[in-house]
Amino acid sequence: MEDAILNINDLYVEYVTDDARIFAVNGLDLVLFKGETLGLVGETGAGKTTTALSVMQLLPERTGVIKKGSIKLDGVEITKATENKMRGIRGDNVSMVFQDPMTSLNPTITVGEQIAEVLVLHKKYSTKAEIDNRVDEIMKMVRLQPERKNEYPHQLSGGMKQRIVIAIALACEPKLLLADEPTTALDVTIQAQVLELMRELKEKINTSMILITHDLGIVAQACDKVAIMYAGEIIEGGTVEDIFLAKNHHPYTVGLFNSIPNLTSKASRLQPIAGLMPDPTDLPSGCNFSTRCPNCMEICKEKKPPKFIRNGHMIRCHLFNKSFAGEEDHSCVIY
Amino acid sequence: MLRFTGKRFLMMLPILLSISFIIFSIMEFTPGDPARTMLGDYAPQEAVDALREEMGLNDPFIVRYINYVSDAVRGDFGESYRTGRSCVSEIAKRFSSTLKIATYAMIISMIIGIPVGIISAIKQYSGIDVIAIMSSLLLTSIPPFWLGLMLIMLFTLTLHWLPSVGSTSWKSFIMPSIAMAAAQMATLIRMTRSTMLEVIRQDYIRTAKSKGASEGWIILKHSLRNALMPIITVIGIDFGNLLGGALIIENVFGISGLGTLMVTSVKSKDTPMLVASVMFAALLSSLVNLLVDILYTYIDPRVKTQLIKTH
Amino acid sequence: MAMTNDRNSTSSDIKRRGQLGIIWRQYRKNTLAMVGLIVFLLLVCVAVFSPVFLDYQNDIILMNNKIRLQAPSAEHILGTDQYGRDILFRIIWGSRVSLVVGLFTVGVALLVGGIIGAISGYYGSVIDNFLMRIMDVFLAMPATIMAVAIVGALGPGLINLLIAMSIARIPQFARVVRSSVISICGQEFVEAARACGTKDFRIIMRHILPNCVGPIVVQCTLHMATTILGVAGLSFIGLGIQAPVPEWGSMLSEARDFMQTNFNMMLYPGIAIVIAVLSLNLIGDGLRDALDPRLKK
Repeated sequence: MEDAILNINDLYVEYVTDDARIFAVNGLDLVLFKGETLGLVGETGAGKTTTALSVMQLLPERTGVIKKGSIKLDGVEITKATENKMRGIRGDNVSMVFQDPMTSLNPTITVGEQIAEVLVLHKKYSTKAEIDNRVDEIMKMVRLQPERKNEYPHQLSGGMKQRIVIAIALACEPKLLLADEPTTALDVTIQAQVLELMRELKEKINTSMILITHDLGIVAQACDKVAIMYAGEIIEGGTVEDIFLAKNHHPYTVGLFNSIPNLTSKASRLQPIAGLMPDPTDLPSGCNFSTRCPNCMEICKEKKPPKFIRNGHMIRCHLFNKSFAGEEDHSCVIY
Repeated sequence: MLRFTGKRFLMMLPILLSISFIIFSIMEFTPGDPARTMLGDYAPQEAVDALREEMGLNDPFIVRYINYVSDAVRGDFGESYRTGRSCVSEIAKRFSSTLKIATYAMIISMIIGIPVGIISAIKQYSGIDVIAIMSSLLLTSIPPFWLGLMLIMLFTLTLHWLPSVGSTSWKSFIMPSIAMAAAQMATLIRMTRSTMLEVIRQDYIRTAKSKGASEGWIILKHSLRNALMPIITVIGIDFGNLLGGALIIENVFGISGLGTLMVTSVKSKDTPMLVASVMFAALLSSLVNLLVDILYTYIDPRVKTQLIKTH
Repeated sequence: MAMTNDRNSTSSDIKRRGQLGIIWRQYRKNTLAMVGLIVFLLLVCVAVFSPVFLDYQNDIILMNNKIRLQAPSAEHILGTDQYGRDILFRIIWGSRVSLVVGLFTVGVALLVGGIIGAISGYYGSVIDNFLMRIMDVFLAMPATIMAVAIVGALGPGLINLLIAMSIARIPQFARVVRSSVISICGQEFVEAARACGTKDFRIIMRHILPNCVGPIVVQCTLHMATTILGVAGLSFIGLGIQAPVPEWGSMLSEARDFMQTNFNMMLYPGIAIVIAVLSLNLIGDGLRDALDPRLKK
């Protein structure tokens, strides 16, 4: 797929410490095209942030290792890129928005300077006046008054800080934006505003986006495609309609939907998924979800389920080998 | 800004006053009679008594203290029992040497200590880091006066490069400053290292990296400013320690400064001189702390904006 | 970490006993810290047992001009000083002096400073403000200068030296104890104890202070190190331990006149100081690292 913005193929990422090896990402495949928004959904520890950091090549130096696989950003192989090359790519071709806006900004530098920094780093303009103009422009885009660019982060509210962070991420009009739970630390009302802003900007600049979240509501609102991650793998993927409306789902996805409290139903208890995610240093043989799956079969404990695809909807579960079998179309929307 | 400076300056005064009270009270316990000391052991008792009346030594403690403070505020710290000259003039002649040693030592320790600390933090656990930590542990354990003696052994007696006594030329200050700088350097290395390590772990450093900034850029534009803030405070506090250490170093190198003045006045029970020199040292160290506080408000925008808001 | 059946144990007791084991194990991993500990324990043994092998009158202070200023030999391993006294023996005895002064100074400063800090931290508001203002006054004076002033007023001598050195350290101990107390006071088991109606004094003694022990012990070792350095410095200029008691600092002062001819006189007492202070610094650092939860690998 040559025209894909992002093409991750068979990615394996580990964290290696003195005591243990943590298998964070285990065989991840992902494709993203221009202008698409992919929701990457999963519990804490599923490997979503690790995946994003791998794309940015920002894994912790001494412990994070890409063991295997390829990541192609707009055709460029990231895993083999030199640090110099990566520095040119970060902030310019791919940007990341992190979770906590409170601590993501340097408290001793004005917010305007912090936006300008990414422009200066990538030599986008030659004169100070041009840079100032662009900073003003960007601040207006994120609906902040340009006059506030000389203020310090502690003088802004949480929502405003996150908008600055988004402004920084989009200043160079990157091809891909990675947003790691950008609204988790914000109030629900601000959350809606920020998401709307991101959608608007994304469309304006025609950036592709990976939106990492554990909140299915956000996914429904903001994403075109969805990939559900569990224990380092994508276990279900498809368009947002596939995930929300289709009949067939991975048992984990079913569990996810069931654990959402529903205003309209009269249930008296929530239905969480039993058990915990497996220890990433000691993954089970066979399917990673086998220990918690209500539909677990013998084969699940022994063999890793392959990907079953129908009409672009992919489910990685032995349950579907009959119903999805025999399909001609083997291309998944996200793979 | 000026109001802030003024306020802090005013806060210094009660502290200095309290110090003077404490010193004065301590001096109450000094055995011996100053009048007797001045006139000598063979002077007749009447003469001594007369002198005591004249000097006001028979007045109650509070009266004497108040007289002392009111004189001091006008710049009169009394006369030395030993030399008879005004304490202030004696101090004025000598404090520059002490100040020079302390200042040079601080500057040397900053020039070497801070960069080493930064490198140590960036390349944590590397060879340089290990050497830096080891040497700073060693340096804090070496008594500065012994280091001074060793330096004299090497540079004066063996190599004949530097003078070991007196404060004649700039050369006489090299060894004393180095001897004092060693321990201070070690402290700065360790402090800089630990503040840098903390700063490196912060989220905004991660943001800077994701913008595509290089290591050098991040250090200069992000890490340094945040790491240096606590270090500057430490420098202010440590300056007082350097003044104290200069006392002993002066003895090693035969430099006639505030320290030797203090020690001589202790040995000759010259109370006014001692009190005056202690007060001067306290004043000096408080001033430095004040300067550091002001500097800090300029550097830390959070404090700056607080100030602007409340004034 | 066994649960005991002792009805008097509270959850904070059990936490403490288990924690000690964890801290010790963490400390053991640090080679330098262990070296420091072993060296210091050796030093303590030397100091404690030296009277068994050495006699103060004959070995330490007896002058013998016939054998003065000798270079190191089999008879006198580090040589003799200007009064014919064996340098090694004097250095060994000097360890007693330094350790005793160090222990007393830190002990007194800890006691007084600890009480001030605990009261200040526990009761807060007016008392806290008042006490801390007083501490600030003392902190505004450089320690050495204050010590000189006090010794100057009271006269040289062991007790006055101890007073002078302790006073300089009291504010720092007060500060450390106060901040430990404040951070622990915020924790819930203190609220729980208060809710049960426990008297304040009991809360401080049984719950708060035991949990402050970590940072306090670190401060103790580091302050002992600075005290030894401070006493050496004061003795060097004649305001500390008086002759003929052997103290490393005063030995160095005496060595100055003989620097070129008898370098050994100036070298070995200095090395003794470095070893003592370094071992204490290593212990203090090792403890600090062992107590820091972030550094567990």
